Amino acid sequence: MAETLVLVALGIALLAGMLATVQLVRGPDAATRAVALDAITLITLPMMVGLALVVGRSIYIDVALVYAILSFLGVVAFARYLDRGI
Amino acid sequence: METFTAVLGVAGGVIAVIGALFLFLGALGIYRMPDVYNRLHAGTKATTLGNILTLVGFGLTHPEWLPKIALVVLFVILTNPLSSHALARAAIRSGVRPVAGTTSDEDCALTGGQKP
Amino acid sequence: MMLAIDFVVVAVIFVAAVGAMSCKNLVSSVLLGGLASLVASYLFLRMGAPDVAMTEAAIGAALTTVIFLVATRRTQEVEE
Repeated sequence: MAETLVLVALGIALLAGMLATVQLVRGPDAATRAVALDAITLITLPMMVGLALVVGRSIYIDVALVYAILSFLGVVAFARYLDRGI
Repeated sequence: METFTAVLGVAGGVIAVIGALFLFLGALGIYRMPDVYNRLHAGTKATTLGNILTLVGFGLTHPEWLPKIALVVLFVILTNPLSSHALARAAIRSGVRPVAGTTSDEDCALTGGQKP
Repeated sequence: MMLAIDFVVVAVIFVAAVGAMSCKNLVSSVLLGGLASLVASYLFLRMGAPDVAMTEAAIGAALTTVIFLVATRRTQEVEE
């Protein structure tokens, strides 16, 4: 029962990622694309953790942790770029 | 103890599905809203809540991994409001105007821009 | 179920790569490349290589994005 619910949650998160991907590709300006990329990163983190649950290896969660830290760095660099900081 | 673990697993699955629905609502907001600021409002708040709910639900189905997952949740809580704030600030300073009808006179005075 | 998710994810990385090549705005191309790197990291994880996925995350999300943004800004200064 719990495994089925985890798979259903993964499917719904994948649908959300597809919708944000459509917006990332057609977005009118760069700031909109940055917002969509931030959202896709936040959607992918539960997908990685769910993959760890399905496969049964807890080392996969570390990748989600690394991505949570480094995507923040990328978004802040993009904000500095828009702000003419770099 | 067996039934307790099973009930905890099913409860975690239900919480994860609810969180995934919040993630979907956030993506739908990004798809439907008219400009950058509305998209930030819909996208980051709903996605942060959905992320927290989904990760906690996944952690409840495997209680021995819960500390590691709680670390991911902690980083998301710490960094995501910060990055969305930086994006909004950079957008308004680089000259992206809000869409008509979503801004007030006070906002225009604050940012020094014209009412669109 | 996991196999169906894999097919959709491969379609997403295809769309991201083609969009990054055909986009006229350089900064948007950088962001689409970031999406391709994110999805590639998920696919490495799916194929059972968490170390490669972690390296891809570090390089694709942080290093490549920052270096491309700095390079775009510098070339703009030269062109102006």
